[in-house]
Parts: sequence; C-alpha cells; structure tokens
Amino acid sequence: MKMTINRRSALAMLGSAPLLGAMPRLARAAGEIKVLNWQGYGTDEKWATEAFEKATGIKVVHDYFNSEQEMLTKLRTSPGAYDVVLINNIYVMDAAKEGLIQPLDTAKLSNFGDLAPALRDSDRFVQDGKHYASAWVWGLTSFAYNFEKITDKIDTIEALWNPAYAGKVGMRDDAMEAIQFGALATGQDINNPADMAKIKDKLMALKPQLKTFWSSEDEWNKLFAAGDYLVAVYWSGSASRSRKAMKLPVQFVVPKEGAIGWFDGLAVAANAPNPDGALAFINYMIDPSFYIPWDTNVGAPASANLKAMAGLPEDALNRAVLGDAEVVKRVQWMAPVTDQQRQAQQELWDEVKTSFAQ
Amino acid sequence: MPGAEKHLRVTFLVAPAYLWLALTVFLPLAVMLFFSFLTAVPVGGREATLTLQHYVSFFTKKIYWYNALRSLELAAYVTLACVVLGYPVAVILTRMITGRAREAIFLMIILPFWTNALVRTFSWTMVLRGPFDIIFTYPAIVIGLVHAYLPYAVLTIYVSLQAIDERLIEAARALGASKRQAFMRVMLPLSLPGVLAGVFLIFIPVTGSFMEPRILGGKDAIMLGPIIESQFTATFNWPLGAALSFMMLAIILLMLALGYPLLQRHMER
Repeated sequence: MKMTINRRSALAMLGSAPLLGAMPRLARAAGEIKVLNWQGYGTDEKWATEAFEKATGIKVVHDYFNSEQEMLTKLRTSPGAYDVVLINNIYVMDAAKEGLIQPLDTAKLSNFGDLAPALRDSDRFVQDGKHYASAWVWGLTSFAYNFEKITDKIDTIEALWNPAYAGKVGMRDDAMEAIQFGALATGQDINNPADMAKIKDKLMALKPQLKTFWSSEDEWNKLFAAGDYLVAVYWSGSASRSRKAMKLPVQFVVPKEGAIGWFDGLAVAANAPNPDGALAFINYMIDPSFYIPWDTNVGAPASANLKAMAGLPEDALNRAVLGDAEVVKRVQWMAPVTDQQRQAQQELWDEVKTSFAQ
Repeated sequence: MPGAEKHLRVTFLVAPAYLWLALTVFLPLAVMLFFSFLTAVPVGGREATLTLQHYVSFFTKKIYWYNALRSLELAAYVTLACVVLGYPVAVILTRMITGRAREAIFLMIILPFWTNALVRTFSWTMVLRGPFDIIFTYPAIVIGLVHAYLPYAVLTIYVSLQAIDERLIEAARALGASKRQAFMRVMLPLSLPGVLAGVFLIFIPVTGSFMEPRILGGKDAIMLGPIIESQFTATFNWPLGAALSFMMLAIILLMLALGYPLLQRHMER
C-alpha cells in the first residue's frame, strides 16, 4: 500500500497517536507473548513459533541477552515487558527473591507430570512448595575433539594438557568454567574446591596448549572448521548442533574425571502482560512434539521431559550419552555462587591469563 | 552595550550544545565516578557503602597495574606505527597528488572509519592466517588497531602540512639547506601540532581497547581494557570496573600534565 502524507493527514495521525499507543497494548494482551532468551536457543525456532501461533493464535516475539547478568538487568529495568524468560537454575532463586519472576500455576502445564522429578522439584526451582520455573533442558559442559584427525578414543580430561595437541586446544574465556575444569582435572569438587592454588597451577600449565579463546558457538564452529582446534571445551547441546547442522567431525566426551552439569528453566516474569499465554508457551516448550524435531533436525540439549527423551532416535547423543545412567553419575552439578566468589574466581582467572601473556 | 548583547547572544546560541554535552558526557561519567567509590552496585537489595578498596586494589594487585602497563605499551606501539606510516602518506597527499586522485586516496584512507569495527576486526582474522599466520598473536592486535586508527594520523598530519607555506621550504632550500635539513628544521617542526593531535587521538582510545585484543590476540589478549569489560559483563562489579577506568584516565592526564610544558616550549618556537 502506498501512502501519501500531507500536512492534514500528518496532523490527523498526530491526533490519534495516544489511541494508537493504547491499541497494540490491548491486542498484545490477547495474542502476543514476549520471550527473553539466548539467541538461537530453541524458543525462537521459526517452525516452532509458527506451529504455536497456529495452534493458539498467540504470536511469539523475542528479545535476547548475551549473558546472565544482562538477562537479570533487563528484567530489573523493564518490568512488565516480558512474559517468558529463560533462567539457568543457579539464578532462579535469586530472581525470585528480587521479585523478578512469579510462581507458576503448574496445573495449567499438562506436560509437567512427565518432567524428571530430580530436575522438576529441585530446590533450585522450588521454594515453599511453589515452582518458580519449569525445568526445560539440561546439558553438560565438557570438551569435544576432531575424530577425523584424532583417531584414538579420548576418555580423559588430560587430553587438554596432552603435548600431542599443543597449540591446538581451545577453551572459553570464562572464569567460572575455567576453574571448574581445573577442579575436575585435579579431582576436586567443582563448586567448592579445597585447593585453589592447585587449580591455578593446572590452568597455567595450559599455556603451550592453547590456541585461542572462543566466546560463542558460531566462533567455536569457525575455529574448529579452520583446524585451530583439535580438542576444545564445549557444550553438549552445541556439540550435537555442530555435528548435525554444521557437519563437523565433532566427538563430545564425558571423561572419566567427570563433567560440569547445568540445567535451564523457563519462568514467567513478574508483571507479565500475558501470563496465560506464557504458560501455554512453556507447556509447548516441554512437549515432546516440540523437543523431538528440535533435537533431531537442529540439535538441542537434553530435555527434562522423560517422554521426550524416550522418543529420540537411539543413536542421538542426548539419548546415547546423556541418557546413560553411568554417565550421569559422573556429572557434578553447578551450584549458585555469591558475588564475592565470582570476583575471586575472576581475579584468579585474570592472573592465569596474565601468565599466558608473559 | 552592543558587546554585552553580542555576548548574550553567543551564550544563548551555545547553551544547548553545552547542556547536551553536560547531560551526555558528564552525567554518566559522574555516575560512574560515584559507583567507583561503592562496595557494590546498589540494585537487587545489595547494600553499598563507600570505600576506596577498588583504587587500592589497582596498586596492590598485580593483575591490575601490570595490565595497565600492558595497555600503555600497546598504545605506544600502535601510536608509533600510525605516525610512522601516516606521516609519509600525508606528505605524499599534500605535495605530490592533486585533484581526483587525491580524493580517491582520501576515500581509501577513510574507508576503515566507515566500516563496522567488529566486521573490520573479524575480517583480519581471515587475512592474518594465509601465508603469514600471525593470527592470535600480539602483532595481530597491533595490526588490527593500526588499521583502525591510521586515518586519525593521516588526517591530522595532512591538515597541518596543508597549512605550511610552501615558500618557507623553498626559502630553506634556496639558502643552502639539504632536503633532509629542510625537512628536519622547517617542515617537521611546523607539522608537529598535527602529529601531536594525532598522537592524542590514537593513544587515549587504544589504552582502553578491548575488542581487538580479544578477537585477534589469543593468549596475548589480556590488557586493562578486557579486564574492565569483564567487570561489567561477567562479574557485575561495576564499581571495580569504573575505578580501573578512572585510574587509566588519571595516568593519561598525568602523562599530559608532565608532557605539556615540554610541548609548549616546542610550539612557541
């Protein structure tokens, strides 16, 4: 449609602006939800939002964050702007205490009963019998290697320190993750390591091994494809995407020393304009009809829904590796950290990185 | 009195600009300065009290002062390279090329300015592989930053060279100065204001750079800039990040204060 604007119609438009401002709000309350998540993390799959809109008439709009701190900042500074928000389990209780999210009416989630109880009823999500987030997906932080260039099967975290891969190792520039790796490699509790000096020495020994740091899945894929990385720290969900969607020779390893486990929940923001729409969307997100195509066609972390996991093909990484009870026993689950702990970890990591540059 | 009226009119005309500057530059800076004396960011029920601990940390913790030195060192390399590369380009532009060709070369020099910094830096990650393969090293950071800041050097030096009266150099030559002498004793001193303007424009932002080191520098990436960034993005310690930034600003102002008398003597000659 072509529109010509003259002075009169411009004035008319100005006059009706308050009305225009009010109308989308009403329309929004009826048929729209706003989701806050990492980009490319399931909720914004186009086929899924289209299927959801077709089934419920609710349009899904997205806003993204690049770090958990940014997500919390957005919830703090824009109350009433979001309906559904993705929260890593370790932040859920903090967000609830700050009044950023509201308890879920789980009766409206028909798939809630199919979620793994260990995740669903974890005290990271539940307080005073109220669920503040629905368990959604979980995964592991460990490492992956190039199975075309390394033909020996790797089963130990020491691979990152193996001189055979000197200058071909990658890791993420993240203090918490680096220290957790140091803890695994030195046989310590990742959440409460007793000997930080030992971890520091172990990490400093990575100097001849490291090529460079990565900061996103996309960057990891590029560095791996270019041959910069033979062995690199990685996330399980991303590993299955790299193998499936990018066709890279990526073999994810859960070493005998263990791996770092995390799980994410979906929450409803406090003052959400459309809480019912939010619950309907969360119910769809934990439904096998969303999860199975997501993992099969795109690549995803493991689902918290046991029926969804059972519906995966038998050779899927999420069923074959993460579905193995022996593997899950080796996982150490990430716990919340205080601001002070976070600062101490950052300083230790900055000391390690300074030693890399010397 | 017409003088007073004119004064008033000028004040009236520049007031919006100053107000705008005050709002957009000084207000955020003032907030950050205030934050730098707090124990925590006062949101989400965090209790904040006044403290000097972040400024003390700068001196007592090696990671901060040592990486501040690394940032200054990097800025020195980048600035030196920009002047050494930019000066001949500016000379050629003023004295040897005219008309259309000059415009075309100007465009080529300014082009990096118009390119998104992130795109520019990522394109270096491709170029620096190839036969050189110096990606993820210290020289890669210097190359990326020199590419970004070279236009400042060329443009400021060009402007001051343009202003030099051609006849002064001819006079020096006519009075028996060699080409080298004419350059060292006439052209270079007269173009010094442009060189210095370029040095300031380059040195100061490079000390705070964090994106280029992180993308191009691999294991050598750590500087004060990336450390400040992580206080905002990873640890939610804005007070420490702010204090480290103000320490860097203080160091630069101190360097200017020490260098200024020396400069003034040079300029007045």
